[in-house]
Amino acid sequence: MATKQILSLLPGIFYRSPAPDQPPYKSEGDAVAVGDVVGLVEVMKTFHEIKADSAGTLTRFLIDNEDAVMAGQPVAEVAG
Amino acid sequence: MAISKLLIANRGEIALRIIRAAREQNIATVQVHSTADADSLAVQLADEAVEIGPPSAAKSYLNIDAILAAAESTGADAIHPGYGFLAENPAFADRVAVAGLTFVGPSGATIRLMGDKVAAREVAAAAGVATVPGSEGRIDDLDAARACAAGIGFPVMIKAAAGGGGRGIRVAHDLAEFERLFPQASAEAKAAFGDGGLYVEKLIERARHIEVQILGDGEDVIHCFERECSLQRRRQKVWEEAPSAALPADIRNDLCASAVALAKSVRYSGAGTLEYLYDDATGAFYFIEMNTRIQVEHPVTEWITGIDLVGEMLRIAGGAPLRFGQSEVRTRGHAIEVRLNAEDPANGFLPAPGTVAGLRVPGGPGVRFDTMLYAGYTIPPFYDSLLGKLVVWGEDRPHAIARLKSALGELDVAGIKTTAPLFLALADEEDIREGNIHTRWLEHWLTSNSKTLSR
Repeated sequence: MATKQILSLLPGIFYRSPAPDQPPYKSEGDAVAVGDVVGLVEVMKTFHEIKADSAGTLTRFLIDNEDAVMAGQPVAEVAG
Repeated sequence: MAISKLLIANRGEIALRIIRAAREQNIATVQVHSTADADSLAVQLADEAVEIGPPSAAKSYLNIDAILAAAESTGADAIHPGYGFLAENPAFADRVAVAGLTFVGPSGATIRLMGDKVAAREVAAAAGVATVPGSEGRIDDLDAARACAAGIGFPVMIKAAAGGGGRGIRVAHDLAEFERLFPQASAEAKAAFGDGGLYVEKLIERARHIEVQILGDGEDVIHCFERECSLQRRRQKVWEEAPSAALPADIRNDLCASAVALAKSVRYSGAGTLEYLYDDATGAFYFIEMNTRIQVEHPVTEWITGIDLVGEMLRIAGGAPLRFGQSEVRTRGHAIEVRLNAEDPANGFLPAPGTVAGLRVPGGPGVRFDTMLYAGYTIPPFYDSLLGKLVVWGEDRPHAIARLKSALGELDVAGIKTTAPLFLALADEEDIREGNIHTRWLEHWLTSNSKTLSR
């Protein structure tokens, strides 16, 4: 079983849910399909979705909600 | 009591502007900053700097406890909130006052009153100032809202009572669309602002955005004439001028007098701006809202009046009365400001943070560049995309546009994308040279021209 990383292509603040009072897009252990949204990056007050580019099980997040993320930094691991 | 040590609860170019104004008055400066701004120009230039939290604004520039703790530990006796962040947060102004410090701005009560759009319309009506035809106060019931919208006439805007900066606004062109959008807007306002209150307002399709700068000392109020900010993208201003090229002298007098009357009615203290929509087909102007802070585009007013607005804010907050009577406020020439943002105008204005590889700053007569940039600076991705404001002055509007073009030609921010190509293109547009613009002109222009805005 190969493990792949989902990267954030933009720098900014990482969010796991679409809004503070809503549940996270994905939890650890959830199944993901290609194109599923796993988080948001806020860059200069605009929001951009981070999507999975491989299918499998999201085994763990590599960054906490509301943490700073750099361009190209992995945010989650997918085992597929 | 005059301020002796000022804490700046903001960042970027406005923090620099405030540091400079304070220094001229021998006021010591304390710059608070997030970990992401440790190498910012404001931190370098302030007398002291205090780190108040991680990059996320919610944990730093919006962290009231951390800001007040920094004020206490440094012995600051006043706080300037700049614009954005906590500038129009009445709870913050109250907390600053309770801590025994001076808030550079109006009281929390005034911010609260003018920040509620429904209450602000009532204040305007009481002062005899026309507002855009709309609901008398907030409407929560769809039946009443439907009757109100039909009475005003379509198209109408549905606005969140607690919204601002263009957020939470929907446009309905007919009754069916109105019935569909109204419940959505209420749910969205509740989620976004914690308050589902709405009001309904007539949409003026070819409106100009004209605003009046005022200064008050709690007793007297004067105006510093108007700015026109009709060139907007997504309801964000990108190009601002003073004076407006559209206003006949008699209407200018009435407009500015109405702003003074409104601000006097709330015994306004500090710098403020009253925003209006102006219908140049009829000459009618309608008050829309008041901003109880310094605005991004204040330099155009400073240039045509010669008044240092940020400096006056500090004097007023320190307890001094206004230093000018209305008859002493005169204007000369024409000023234009353009907002240099870290965005790629050829690619949907995608944010473009990065490292400034090199910087060539424009100069010469009539050119002012308020910026947080320096060569080698890495622009953090966590905040507003505003990098700086290029402001030019000319004897008249054509002269100012010529200087703008010349200055934009000198400006070079190497290594990142900016909105400079947009302004070079706009400076050559006939509608702009003729002043034939309205608040939706730019978005329309961009649909056919944005792809050409690269260099």
